[in-house]
Amino acid sequence: MNVSPTLSAACRRAVATALATATTLCVTTTMAADGQYALTIQDHRFQPAELVIPAGTKIRLAVENRDATPEEFESHDLNREKIITGKSTATIYVGPLAPGRYRFFGEYNEKTAQGVIVAQ
Amino acid sequence: MFGTAVIVFREVLEAALIIGILAAATRSVPNRNRWLLGGLAAGLAGSALVAVSTDMISAMASGVGQELLNATILGIAVLMLAWHNIWMTSHGKALAISAKAVGQAIQQGRRENSVLLVVVGLAVLREGSETVLFLYGISASEGAGTSSMLLGGGIGILAGISLGYALYAGLLRVPMRWFFAATGVLVLLLAAGMASQAAHFLIQADVLPSLAAPLWDTSAMLPENSIPGMLLHSLAGYDPRPAGMQLIFYALTLTTIALGMKWAGRPVAQ
Repeated sequence: MNVSPTLSAACRRAVATALATATTLCVTTTMAADGQYALTIQDHRFQPAELVIPAGTKIRLAVENRDATPEEFESHDLNREKIITGKSTATIYVGPLAPGRYRFFGEYNEKTAQGVIVAQ
Repeated sequence: MFGTAVIVFREVLEAALIIGILAAATRSVPNRNRWLLGGLAAGLAGSALVAVSTDMISAMASGVGQELLNATILGIAVLMLAWHNIWMTSHGKALAISAKAVGQAIQQGRRENSVLLVVVGLAVLREGSETVLFLYGISASEGAGTSSMLLGGGIGILAGISLGYALYAGLLRVPMRWFFAATGVLVLLLAAGMASQAAHFLIQADVLPSLAAPLWDTSAMLPENSIPGMLLHSLAGYDPRPAGMQLIFYALTLTTIALGMKWAGRPVAQ
């Protein structure tokens, strides 16, 4: 019976440490997500077609679809895919990226909807 | 038209392959077809519903509702497939070999059938809603070429279903001795691939950290949009640029289900 308080104290310490770590992680995530960038889809084209972002940090990309038809933001380079319905805005988290050029496109109108994210 | 056919084909293929594998894996389960069709119908109805409410779903959870929905659907499918595989290991052999187990098996077969319904429904729901939205977009946009694009969509649907059926027919030709092992491995890979995709959506929604992204890049060797890449993606969750977290999900699912199957298939002391 003497063992159990010690054990539970150890458990509590472990839980506290885990929580502290989790909190730190969350805080880091929120801070990294501060960088917000915007893209617009109009007439099945991305504006701007080239978006420069800092390398090495996570960014929050707000993509506004001004067309009436749905579009799918897709990028093999970034490993991202998301449907954006007509007349709406979607949020996509990107990165942290190594410096370089990352192509993206609108899957539903691939001929015109082309763009690139430049991380530097 | 060709581009449309390819997009629709890709969406339909994934669901068709899942249904093909499950239909083969449950060939000896009574009343299988009725449940399969039920799942298909429920999935299609659900797709239309999801497509109509995509606006609302997207706006949920500060803009990442779509990702959370996809991850949830995939997560449920993984659990169902795990249950299916472990059940099949413990009862499949008896079902195929000994007649005396059939009475009991039919009773449990009913439970197995509802698993079938849910997984088929979820697979169709996920891929179907994207197809519905895409085809809606085409028919809603004015201008020339709409009918040829819809024709392309039809061709894509047919091509996807044909491949799923080919896989099913091919699996039925596998000799009974290896059949359960073969479908077991396919379902195992399917489940692991789905778990990795679920992780992918949770990373995109910023719910999970990516833990090194990409871990490696094989897109030059085997691009995701090539036919082999697409097949491998649907069957085994191939991702040319996986994040570390995806690999963890993949490996954990694979080992957990494999261990469960091993445990269920252990020789029982007489």
